[in-house]
Amino acid sequence: MAPAYRIVDHTYDVIVVGAGGAGLRATLGMTMEGLKTACVTKVFPTRSHTVAAQGGIGAALGNMGDGDNWRFHMYDTVKGSDWLGDQDAIEYMCRNAIPAVIELEHYGVPFSRTEEGKIYQRPFGGHTIDWGKGMAKRACAAADRTGHAILHTLYQQSLRHGAEFFVEYFALDLMMDEDGACQGVVAWNLEDGTIHRFRAHLTVLATGGYGRVYQSCTSAHTCTGDGNAMVLRAGLPLQDMEFTQFHPTGIFGSGCLITEGARGEGGYLTNAQGERFMERYAPTAKDLASRDVVSRAMTVEINEGRGVGADKDHIFLHLEHLDPKVLHERLPGISETARIFAGVEVTKEPIPVLPTVHYNMGGAPTNYKAEAIRPTRDNPDAVCPGLMAIGEAACVSVHGANRLGTNSLLDLVVFGRAAAHRAVELVKPGTGHKPLAPTAADRALARLDRMRNAKGATAVGKIRMDMQRTMQNHCAVFRTDVLLDAGAKKMDQVAASMADVVIADRSLIWNSDLVEALELDNLMGQALVSIYSARARKESRGAHAHEDHKERDDKNWMKHTVAWLDDKNNVTIDYRPVHMYTLSNETEVIPPKARVY
Amino acid sequence: MAEFTLPANSKVGTGKSHKAPAGAKRTKAFKIYRWNPEDGQNPRVDSFEIDLDQCAPMVLDALIKIKTEIDTTVTFRRSCREGICGSCAMNIDGTNTLACLKPIDEVSGDCTIYPLPHMPVIKDLVPDLKVPYAQYASIKPWLQTESAAPPDTERRQSPEERAKLDGLWECVLCFCCSTSCPSYWWNGDRYLGPAILLQAYRWIADSRDERTGERLDALEDPFRLYRCHTIMNCTKTCPKNLNPAKAIAEIKKLMVMRR
Repeated sequence: MAPAYRIVDHTYDVIVVGAGGAGLRATLGMTMEGLKTACVTKVFPTRSHTVAAQGGIGAALGNMGDGDNWRFHMYDTVKGSDWLGDQDAIEYMCRNAIPAVIELEHYGVPFSRTEEGKIYQRPFGGHTIDWGKGMAKRACAAADRTGHAILHTLYQQSLRHGAEFFVEYFALDLMMDEDGACQGVVAWNLEDGTIHRFRAHLTVLATGGYGRVYQSCTSAHTCTGDGNAMVLRAGLPLQDMEFTQFHPTGIFGSGCLITEGARGEGGYLTNAQGERFMERYAPTAKDLASRDVVSRAMTVEINEGRGVGADKDHIFLHLEHLDPKVLHERLPGISETARIFAGVEVTKEPIPVLPTVHYNMGGAPTNYKAEAIRPTRDNPDAVCPGLMAIGEAACVSVHGANRLGTNSLLDLVVFGRAAAHRAVELVKPGTGHKPLAPTAADRALARLDRMRNAKGATAVGKIRMDMQRTMQNHCAVFRTDVLLDAGAKKMDQVAASMADVVIADRSLIWNSDLVEALELDNLMGQALVSIYSARARKESRGAHAHEDHKERDDKNWMKHTVAWLDDKNNVTIDYRPVHMYTLSNETEVIPPKARVY
Repeated sequence: MAEFTLPANSKVGTGKSHKAPAGAKRTKAFKIYRWNPEDGQNPRVDSFEIDLDQCAPMVLDALIKIKTEIDTTVTFRRSCREGICGSCAMNIDGTNTLACLKPIDEVSGDCTIYPLPHMPVIKDLVPDLKVPYAQYASIKPWLQTESAAPPDTERRQSPEERAKLDGLWECVLCFCCSTSCPSYWWNGDRYLGPAILLQAYRWIADSRDERTGERLDALEDPFRLYRCHTIMNCTKTCPKNLNPAKAIAEIKKLMVMRR
């Protein structure tokens, strides 16, 4: 062990790791309920990636007079998930969407408004009324900066209620006791280099997705799935990691997001022939089909030589026919983004776009109360005591094989809130804690110290690029057995190259060289379980489009993948059943059928 | 006449110089402020020449390229890379802005990069923002009402009332404006600065908020509000094209009107 790391101990009822929409909503709810709660976050809360969500948050408020109903929302979400979502959790989310969004308005979110002064709602991909017969207006929007509006408001409410934050603390690992219960988390304070052991009855992972596994993504640089990686290192599985959402409209080149709300407001896609090709792929929903459907259609157009541009390698998104007033009021953010990152004036010319990695449906398996699942032979729904996961880090599973737009912001607040409710049931404020073993932080510190003194010959940036290229080339929109087999082998080699990593900065204060190395190590485990999970699934479902197994196979594959990673980087795969039951008798199970938009 | 000089340990030295790779046709030098709290050395400016034909267009892209390929110890904050998270605020070519939104080709000659001015530096380009964060909390930046919200539905707000928040709520708290303000440099401990005053006005302007009087009372102070001398650096520098100076003027107007 290296020379003394200075260790500081803390004791809380609950520790929340991450301060995006889910982490803040949980922290806020728990603090308001009188639980001694701390939120540990690697970035200042308003820098979390929730801030970049644009189009809206889904809730069947029916403000636009379309007769919307949460049961339609539930149907759309189940269909969007390609029947891999757990229907009890989906019912829970869609019913609670309505009070959750009203609550956000009461907190002060600056939603756009209708003439009557209600929350404005716009159409979004895959959201319909009357079981698919027409498009719903369900996305509650604050212009095209809804995530920014919600994240800032949740932080403001956290300030109001005196929530405790540990900002720019990088979480290293969970502390697990000998019975396999979670006892808290170890984190490194970037500002002064100290190590902190946070002991708690409950640890809530709200650490977001791992989009940076891929070369081109809409995700922030900080989206490295640190919580998921901690779950793997704790010997727990991740679920449905093969399902990665490609957003149809990332800006060609930079990958910056252009909201689906742009199509919700009337935008459309064309190929090199100027054809609105989505009409061929989705006759009813057209450009507002589910994201997986649109991304596949665009990829087919490009692969068949109908892409736009000199290299025929992208697609155009048109907004120039829209009223400039609509663009100014409803889509100001993407108008600016298109100008800065594509050099395009949206009132005059189309935006060059390409399907871009956007969201991870997979994550730490949980039930609808946000409790982490550690499936056993006898009980596929067994809970891991002391651990919760929420938001993109979790796989509840409400998104199944493909998430609908606006359901991610919803997932954050509904399950952030659910975690707070469950925490109140589980923890009596001030209850005594089981003593922490003196060695509880040893594993985390050994890993930190090893990485900090890494003296190999391969740069972090080189290994990261190898990983991102491998995933981009082998595990993207369309997959084949040959591609996945070769990709898995290549990923094994890339992961092995971590043994030869080198870093130059040996300091402890704001050592971002070390942070990036640890984040890369976190990404690596998730890349491995993702590609191995994809390789094992011999069907096409949602975002997993398999060219050698083109049909959905409900008989054999309507089940969640659960994948473990051991410390030698071996992936073990098993499955657990999808919840084909509802939570109440106020709605019925939606049986699988062909998915047509 | 008195002569002023920086303390010996604050003098900025000349650091390492990294040449562009051989064969690069279009190069540019980035002169980056470096300071490591753990090595006991003075701050220095390192120079990195890079091949622009091998670099994406923004200053943040250049910084990431430098960190990835030349010197992994260069330290700065970054996250979203699209101007919405506010992490990568720094002083580029003499102006505070977000590195992710600043095109390299807008900078003529060498590109100098310093941390946000007049803030304590933690390391390299990472400033300590604890004071403005605390000032943000001090203005109670949340909806305050007397009347209870309707139980099952939203508070109503007309599109016209809502439009009054445009240009206010979009602030990303990057603090480019506050750290460009000479008044804030001089009195940053007591003057709230443009970023925080913009947020104070965001709540005053919200038709749903019912504590305008208390909010104005809290700002009625020679320092908190009135250290604004309408210098306008804030509005000039805002990378999101917001207008904090106008928001401050609106607050001052309300102060006069309620006399």
